[in-house]
Parts: sequence; structure tokens; C-alpha cells
Amino acid sequence: MITIKNLHASIDGKEILKGLNLEVPAGQVHAIMGPNGAGKSTLASVLAGREDYEVTEGSVDFDGADLLELSTEDRAREGMFLAFQYPVEIPGVSNVNFLRTALNEIREYRGQEAISAKDFMAMVREKSAIVELDPKLASRAVNEGFSGGEKKRNEIFQMAMLEPKLAILDETDSGLDIDALRIVANGVNKLRSEKNATIVITHYQRLLDYIIPDVVHVLYDGRIVKSGPKELALELEEKGYDWIKAEQEAK
Amino acid sequence: MGYTENELAKDLENQEYKFGFVTNIESDKAPKGLNEGIIRFISAKKEEPEWMLDFRLKAFALWKEMTEPEWAHVHYEKPDFQDITYYSAPKQTKKYESWDDVDPEMKETMAKLGISMEEQQRLTGVAVDFVMDSVSVATSFKSKLAELGIIFCSFSEAVKEHPELVRKYMGSVVPMTDNFYAALNSAVFTDGSFCYIPKGVRCPMELSTYFRINEGGTGQFERTLVVADQGAYVSYLEGCTAPQRDENQLHAAVVELIALDDAEIKYSTVQNWYPGDKEGKGGIYNFVTKRGLCERNAKIAWTQVETGSAVTWKYPSCVLKGDNSIGEFYSVAVTNNYQQADTGTKMIHLGKNTKSTIISKGISAGKSQNSYRGLVQINKSADNARNFSQCDSLLMTDECGAHTFPYIECKNSSAKIEHEATTSKIGEDQIFYCLQRGISEEKAISLIVNGYCKEVLNQLPMEFAVEAQKLLAISLEGSVG
Repeated sequence: MITIKNLHASIDGKEILKGLNLEVPAGQVHAIMGPNGAGKSTLASVLAGREDYEVTEGSVDFDGADLLELSTEDRAREGMFLAFQYPVEIPGVSNVNFLRTALNEIREYRGQEAISAKDFMAMVREKSAIVELDPKLASRAVNEGFSGGEKKRNEIFQMAMLEPKLAILDETDSGLDIDALRIVANGVNKLRSEKNATIVITHYQRLLDYIIPDVVHVLYDGRIVKSGPKELALELEEKGYDWIKAEQEAK
Repeated sequence: MGYTENELAKDLENQEYKFGFVTNIESDKAPKGLNEGIIRFISAKKEEPEWMLDFRLKAFALWKEMTEPEWAHVHYEKPDFQDITYYSAPKQTKKYESWDDVDPEMKETMAKLGISMEEQQRLTGVAVDFVMDSVSVATSFKSKLAELGIIFCSFSEAVKEHPELVRKYMGSVVPMTDNFYAALNSAVFTDGSFCYIPKGVRCPMELSTYFRINEGGTGQFERTLVVADQGAYVSYLEGCTAPQRDENQLHAAVVELIALDDAEIKYSTVQNWYPGDKEGKGGIYNFVTKRGLCERNAKIAWTQVETGSAVTWKYPSCVLKGDNSIGEFYSVAVTNNYQQADTGTKMIHLGKNTKSTIISKGISAGKSQNSYRGLVQINKSADNARNFSQCDSLLMTDECGAHTFPYIECKNSSAKIEHEATTSKIGEDQIFYCLQRGISEEKAISLIVNGYCKEVLNQLPMEFAVEAQKLLAISLEGSVG
């Protein structure tokens, strides 16, 4: 689904990603863990197309398309979704209006017809159930007055509505209590299929108890330095990152 | 060329101007400048009765003694009152020779607003004749109104056909002494609308200036009078979203609304006069005096979406004279590039148990300056008055300005007055969030701005609201900084 080769990216002249390599095939869930400052959020931002970051080297192939050549909105229309760590509020714009606009823009891009109001509302009811989101919230303004848990669930609700090929979950578990965590994870699991892929960026192993990854990667100092099965996450939970740092310094 | 000012002066001296004037004048335009002669010229051209001319002359005498106000938070080159043509013939003059000559940007804007090709040509003056359809539509529309006793015609026509009504109400809400521009308008007003709804009648359709068979010419010094008799209701729409160009820079209109006991007037305006170019050169000065008077149990609601003009200076106001009367003001004022706006409202509470609501949404972009100026005045006699004011400012760039000048004058301790204000900007993060969901930047700004203005846009009649939304989006294209 997505192949990242030797990605270098900087912000304000400071290099954060220093030759990152990553391959996530369709049908899989890959977790990315790593200490603070390693570049996890930077990776998410760069893939989404945040202009603050400058890509200085490398390539990203997204299902056959050259991702780095595409604008942020085109990347989304090609099927990339980022669940934000801190979802922003948009007062005055209802969730339904927002999503319907997004859905129709994506459809237009793909040469499909706009979705009818009836079909859209049916879709809203169906998908909001996946994350146990009260359908009444759908008519509220985007994230306005939402609790932390509701915001994160709203991200997954949007993901369910937009049906992306690749979903990047940027610390979706931060700020969630146990129950909210379970609901969000459930939602993500329900959306998994052979046709899509998910990158889960997280600090803590806990989320990975619910969203079981196929591969766990460690991002350290701007590069993927270690990859392994889900047990790697447990090892990190036990030992921390020092042993990784030591390993890297030894090299 | 044609009739000169000297010849005109001679005619006046001869006191034969009234008739000789009309038949001798061949020129379609008055010479530039403002003096008693020009005013008589205007009045005679319009075939006005004596009392109307007297009104004008009285106003002109007053105006000469007044000084131009300078307190607004706007800077502009003062108009040279002697360098203006105060009268142009009513027949619509062609502004362009052919469709190809029309400004491509204007064509693009009209297309974006969803205006049909026919309508585009009519608006740009390329097609001088009305399309047959609009004439017949307007005719059947008028006969329907006539059945109900509703009068809706041009102000000039009303002066001739319904003098009693005009004389009774004209100047009763905005007297010629009110301010510099009202005095000027009272002296040289060109035309406008007159509307009278009889007792107990609910006007069945929205009255729009589009349907008044407009004799053309520009709304330079428009004069409008709307009277809703006891228990009557009318919703009136002024303006249109299509960009209007005009070689006349100064627009000083006067609008008076009178709602008698138990009556209701809804007055909506969408204004998109030429705002000047991206460097801030040119553009229309829109200095308007709008005021409504409410008698007992009456209600007047002003709704406006202002996106045009280089300088906007207006305060649609309500005088809540009657007990239990209600005044409402909903406004979206957009300024971009170098535009300036100083706009707001005055709610004057005189009667008992009166209520007023003010919702003002300002949007500043580019290097523009947008000011809200509002007055809530509660008189000693105004027991139990209620007011709610909300003025919000949205800043789109780091070079624009938003200012608020709220005034509260309360002389009655039983009043309840609430005021809220917010200032915000469209965050880059909000735009990025939309982009990441596949929404283009243009659409994102449109969504966010429309969400911000929702409360006001909801007050507009539906077709107007749809046009206004598109207009907002166009006015703010490429403006997030």
C-alpha cells in the first residue's frame, strides 16, 4: 500500500527524518513506537502533506502514486486519512455538513456522483454506531464542546465515513480512559480489511492490546531502527527505550 | 456641448423654467456641480410637484450650513461635491459596446454566482432591452399586488401617484436635519422604491427591487420609503449579489421604514458595490442612512450582507417608540484588500417593554479595516427594556484590523442589557484539517465563513441566502494569511 524510501524531512532548517524506510502492505496494521522527539508526529505530518515540513530527499509510493507530488487534499482524495492527535474545533460547521462536503469532493475527484442526502444520513447512522457516537453529535459543530474521548471517536467516525485506503492514527490513544480506548480500538478493528492498511503511532503498548499489529517498528532519531512482531511492543513496555539507544550508539 | 450652465441660469431667471425647461432640454445629463439651479433641473426633469421641489430646496439650504462628519473610523479622499453629476437620464445607457468588452473578472464572478448569461448581459448593460419574459413577469406580479391594495413602485412614481402618502411619511424617520448625507440626499435624491401595505394585509411575496420595473440609472442617491399600515407585513429585498460598477463614486441613500401598530417589516440587503482594485484604488463610497420607526407591538428587522464598496458607513437603526415593539439587526460585513467599513446599528428604546437584538459578524481580510459601531439607548420612559448584542470579529490575515465601538446609554434602571463580543481567526490548523479530509482550501474557507455567519444568513429569505453564501466565498478567495 505504502512504501517509504530514504525519507529526509526538516522543519525550520532542522532535520527530523533522517532516511526513514517503511513498507506497509495492504491488509496489515503496523505500529510505530519510539521516544519523544524521535519524529513520529513529523512522519504523520509529512505524509499528510503539512507544508511547514520540507522533504529534502527520498520517495513515497502510495498505491502506485507518487505521494510527495500530490497536494494535501489530493492525498486525502487518493485515500489517505490522518486521525489527528489534537483534533481542531471548527465552530459553526456541523459534522454532517463537513463530512458531506468532504465525501462529495472525494467522489468528484474519483469521477463519481455526489451522495444523496438520504443515503448520506443512512451512512451517518450506520457508521456512528461503530464508535458508539451519539448521532445527535453529528449535527453539532465539528469537535466543538466535545470531550477528549468524543474528539478521538469523532476521528474514527470520520474515518469510517471516508473509507480510506491508508489510515494513519497519530497517538489516537492519548488522553483516553480505558473505556474510550476500547471503543476507539473496536472501531478501528471493524474497519480493517484486506484492501486497506493502518499505521498506528503510539507511545504505549496498551492500545496494541486491542489493535493487534502485524509489525511493530521503533522510530528513533529520525529512522526506523528496529522492526519485529507484536512481542516487540511488550519488550519496549518492559525495558523502555534505553536499550534501543544503546544499540544505536554502539553501531 | 448641449445646454450649458449659463443658459440654465438664464432660464431660471426668466421663471419659465418649469415648462420651457422640460421641452428645451435635450441633454440627458445635468452639468457637474451642485447649486439651486441643478436641484430645480432635477425636480423639473422628474416632473415633480411644487411641494417636492420645496422639500429639496429646504434640504439644500440646510446642507450648505452643515459640515462633513469625520468621526468614523475610515479614511478616504473627501468627495468633491462640485465634481459630481447629480442627474442622468433614466433610460438605461449601454455601459459596454459588446460582451467581449466586459471585464473578464466580472464575467467570472457572475458565473460563479450562478447568474444566467441573459441576466449577466442585462446587469452589465450589454443588453439594453429587457428580455420579454422579465417584463411580463413583473407585470403579472404587479397586478397581483394591486388586487391586495399594495403599492410598490418607484419613488418618483409615488411622488406623482400617491403624494398624500409620500408627504405624510417622507422625512418622518430620517429628517433632512439628521446628518450631512441625509440632507444631501434629501436635496438631490434620484429615485428608489416606495412601498405601502394596507391595514391587515400580509404581502404574499418578497418585494425585490428587481421586480420594480427599474427605469435604469444608478442608485446614486436612492430614496426608499416602506410603510406597513396597522397589522401589515412585508419582506423587502434590496440589492443583488452581482458586482455593480458605477462611475459615480458617492452613494448616499436614505431608507425610511414605518411599521404602524402591530405591523412588521423585514428589510434585507445584499450589497456588492465595486470595492476598488487590489491596490485600493477606486471603489464606491457607501454612506447610507437607514432607520425604522416602530409603533405599538410593531417589529422591524434589518438583515444585511455587505461585501462591496471601498468605504461603507451605515447604521440601520430602529426607533422603538411603541410599547412592546421589537427591533432586530443582523449583519455580516466583509472587508478585503483595502476596503474599510464602519457599520453597526442604533436601537433607541422609548416605549415600554421594548426588545432589541443585535448580531454583528465582521470579517476582515487583506489589509482592510472593519469596525462595528453600535448604540443601545434606553430612555427614561423605556421601562422594562431588553437588549442582547453580540458582535464578533473574524480576522483572516495579520495585516487587517477589526474594531468595536459599542455604546450603551441607559437611563432606566429596569433595563436588561447583554453584550458579548469575540475575536477569532481562521486557524491554519482548521484549514489543514479540512484539506486532510479532501476539502479544497477554497471550500474550507467557504465552510468556515458560512458557519461563522450562519446566525445572520438564516435571517435572509432563502434565495438571497444561497446567493449570499456564494458571494461570501468569492469575496474571501485567497485571503487566509
